[in-house]
Amino acid sequence: MALSRRVSLGAALRYKGKEGMLNWLLHRISGLGILLFAGTHVVVSFFGQQFGSDVAFAINTVYESWPFQIFVYFCVLFHALNGSRLAVMDLFPALIRFERELVWLQWILFFPAYGLPVYFMVQNTLAGV
Amino acid sequence: MRSPRPVRSAGAFEYGMWLFTRISGLVLMIFGAMSMGMAFSLGGRRYLDMPSFLRWTFFPNPNHVVNSDIPDVSLGWSNAFWQIYSMVMIFLAAVHAVNGLRMVLEDYLQNSLLIAMLRFLLLVILVGALIVAIYVILAS
Repeated sequence: MALSRRVSLGAALRYKGKEGMLNWLLHRISGLGILLFAGTHVVVSFFGQQFGSDVAFAINTVYESWPFQIFVYFCVLFHALNGSRLAVMDLFPALIRFERELVWLQWILFFPAYGLPVYFMVQNTLAGV
Repeated sequence: MRSPRPVRSAGAFEYGMWLFTRISGLVLMIFGAMSMGMAFSLGGRRYLDMPSFLRWTFFPNPNHVVNSDIPDVSLGWSNAFWQIYSMVMIFLAAVHAVNGLRMVLEDYLQNSLLIAMLRFLLLVILVGALIVAIYVILAS
């Protein structure tokens, strides 16, 4: 039986879950983001190729635009890094003691790997490439 | 203070999916790295732009590329190894994704009839997606 959640937004934000809670929330959001992108990509490709649908091409331009790509790249990279941290911690439970340090390592790996391509995407857009 | 809520033990199915999620996540990253390497060896560094490169990383299939300067894209991918590889990759990714969606939905739902119907719907979506994927892979 599922747990009923009648918690106000303010109470949820004051909850002191720290880095574990933030990562749980971002993992969930990024997973749904990947599913949204991959699902629409498959459906749109099918309708675009089989029927040449105008709606399909319109949606195609939305998810190929750079702001959407920046969101998708965040989802994929965060989900991959956080997921590998979770898998490693679950398969080697001795590492659970070092969760805080692993979370910091994860963000240290994340920022350059995310920031550099995003920098170039924005720079190319501003330069009109 | 309310009394603690009784928790049923998860059972073999939930344990199996828990383990599957971890292992398939790690395996998918290794598979992505390998198809990225193959895209490099097909001339990806000189002839492909970034989006085409990522298309091949996540779904290694000759049709899954637009804008490429590679003379014959089907030369490297159209053999049994890469076809089976793509099928395994799609299977792992689709089951991982549908199971994740199931877990998110069941966290917010309490009606067991609704949960059973959603599970059936997700199973139909999963099987349909796998059939389409196998058709796309074998037709290319």
